[in-house]
Amino acid sequence: MKNLVKASLLIITIAIALIFTPKDSYCKEPYKIGAILSVTGAASFLGEPEKNTIIMLAEQINKAGGINGHPLEVIVEDSKSDETQAVLAAKKLIEKDKVLAIIGPSTTGESMAIIPIVTQAKTPLISVAAGASITQPVQERYWIFKTAQYDTSAVEAIYNHMKNKGIKKVGIITITTAFGDAGRKALIEMAPKFGITVVADERYGPKDTDMTTQLVKIKSAGAQAIINWSVGPGQVIVTKNWHALKLGIPLYQSHGWGSKKNLELAGKAAEGVIAPLGRLVVWDKIPDKHPQKPILKKYVSDYEGKYRSEPGTFGGHAYDAFMMVVEALKKVGPDKQKIRDYIETHIKNWPGTGGIFNMSPKDHCGLDMKAFEMVIVKNGDWEILK
Amino acid sequence: MTLFLQFLFAGLTTGSVYALVGIGFNIIYNSTSIINLAQGEFVVLGGLMMWFFLHSLQLPFSVSLCLTLLTAAIIGLIQERLTIKPLLKKGDLLLMIMVTIAFSILIRGILMFKFGKDPYTYAPFTEGEPIEIFGAIITQQTLWVIGITALCIVLLYLFFNKTMTGRAMKACSLDMKAARLMGINVSKVVMLSFLISAVIGAIGGIAITPISLMEYDKGAMLSVKGFCAAIMGGLGKSRGAVVGGFTLGMLESLTAGYIHSGLKDAIALLIMLFILFVKPAGIFGKTEILRLRKF
Repeated sequence: MKNLVKASLLIITIAIALIFTPKDSYCKEPYKIGAILSVTGAASFLGEPEKNTIIMLAEQINKAGGINGHPLEVIVEDSKSDETQAVLAAKKLIEKDKVLAIIGPSTTGESMAIIPIVTQAKTPLISVAAGASITQPVQERYWIFKTAQYDTSAVEAIYNHMKNKGIKKVGIITITTAFGDAGRKALIEMAPKFGITVVADERYGPKDTDMTTQLVKIKSAGAQAIINWSVGPGQVIVTKNWHALKLGIPLYQSHGWGSKKNLELAGKAAEGVIAPLGRLVVWDKIPDKHPQKPILKKYVSDYEGKYRSEPGTFGGHAYDAFMMVVEALKKVGPDKQKIRDYIETHIKNWPGTGGIFNMSPKDHCGLDMKAFEMVIVKNGDWEILK
Repeated sequence: MTLFLQFLFAGLTTGSVYALVGIGFNIIYNSTSIINLAQGEFVVLGGLMMWFFLHSLQLPFSVSLCLTLLTAAIIGLIQERLTIKPLLKKGDLLLMIMVTIAFSILIRGILMFKFGKDPYTYAPFTEGEPIEIFGAIITQQTLWVIGITALCIVLLYLFFNKTMTGRAMKACSLDMKAARLMGINVSKVVMLSFLISAVIGAIGGIAITPISLMEYDKGAMLSVKGFCAAIMGGLGKSRGAVVGGFTLGMLESLTAGYIHSGLKDAIALLIMLFILFVKPAGIFGKTEILRLRKF
């Protein structure tokens, strides 16, 4: 009996080993890229599409013969949305796996936590989080890049739109998370530049169930428009409350609004909501001659075909980061210093999913408010505002 | 005036759910002296299962409603039979409370696995424009939530005071040993208490999901707030949970309205601490009874 168990265990082990042996063997050594993503935990809504994207792209590249004949090996570490885990993962990727570059982490906090480590190890890091402090001040961020648009660019896009519409007084309502804090700071700091006053500054928790109180307060403070800054269910609840209260002033959402799911959940309450969105969300509505169109079309249809869900803006950030590293590897080979230099100097007029990137020694993000389109919800769908 | 009314309505909406969760805590506390920290999970379960039956299986509303309540009842039953019953004899209250935490994590895990991390919602019970009362606006679903909460309170009152089973349960809460000597099947009473509070939680979830959406991890927050409601009103007193729940909801809403929304949780909990400081047994609780309790 015991022998039988042992024998069957052996057979299973061999079978597993056979299944996982790569079918086509490359003769050249693989290029290793690391990724640290919040696949589980609070920020998993970011990490999951990012991980899926990277795995999908690596498969595509390896199927097409790898990079100059070298297969690509991507090591994805789950940071569990935790800064300590992100630091451990970064150390592991650098010391044990000896990766050429790291993609991620998914959140600003985790990105900030691993910056000292990758800087010391002289490894290029392309973060997919949005915080401005990730790449600024740029002289201290020699090895760090990011592909997510600045929060401030989204704020600029909103304020710019308001300025054209003659809106002078706004009420802001923000969620009490890092995303909401960053948005609130940007909204308050940048308002004077556009001649706008913030007349009400309201907040709510990530699990709150009703925001009518805050919205009524904003209206009674004399605001001409409401700006909500959040991701998750909060933005839908605010939209529903705004619709039910019939406040008669427009509702603007942050760039976190760009998911079809939000439109489904909010239903007809979402009609008329305005938000600055990356072109990934409205890819089928931008003109064919736009340089981002072919990239977006291929990425979105590949992703939806493989995972049966929409990639969202966040998956797109991972796409951009990954493709930058791949292009650098193709051009300069497995040299960390050269990869970094290539990204800084050669990513120019480079269409990605998040916008058209213009990296420079002064800007390691390369996107500005032109990366956004102002989009309004009409008949349950997006419509680009001219 | 309009503003005040509007804040009041907002407070009533959130307060109703806190009250329902608080009542659930009380029913179980009365029959077992334990705090079932999985109470909030049943609210989530109610909302998500309702969505599942309505949208995934495309069943009619009434069928979905019955099936959702049935599911919640079965899960409440499973919780009691598998995790509480074997431990009840040992009488280690702290251990049982820990087990309820474990059970809540288990439910949360299963719900995440089944539904993912996205929020869900379905159409309100009745379609139609929000109603205006003295300039303040109240949605029809809010009225449903408040109405359903009131109905639950009345039904529970009738059940506990007018029916034999209800009175048996009440007897158990007063003195379990004496109740057993009187021929009451205590084990059945405990089982029933878990079943009822699971159903109450699910009702709350079903009613509030069209307003507030439901996602797999909303339960922990609801448990905490419902627990606060129960404590504030006096643990074990059903009208206490109702008053506590509405007070807490109102405090949050009024703080958000008149002081600042960033401080609403802090101030509401601060006032709760103050109430407990003055009346340690809660608004309706008696200090003498509190002393006799083990927990």
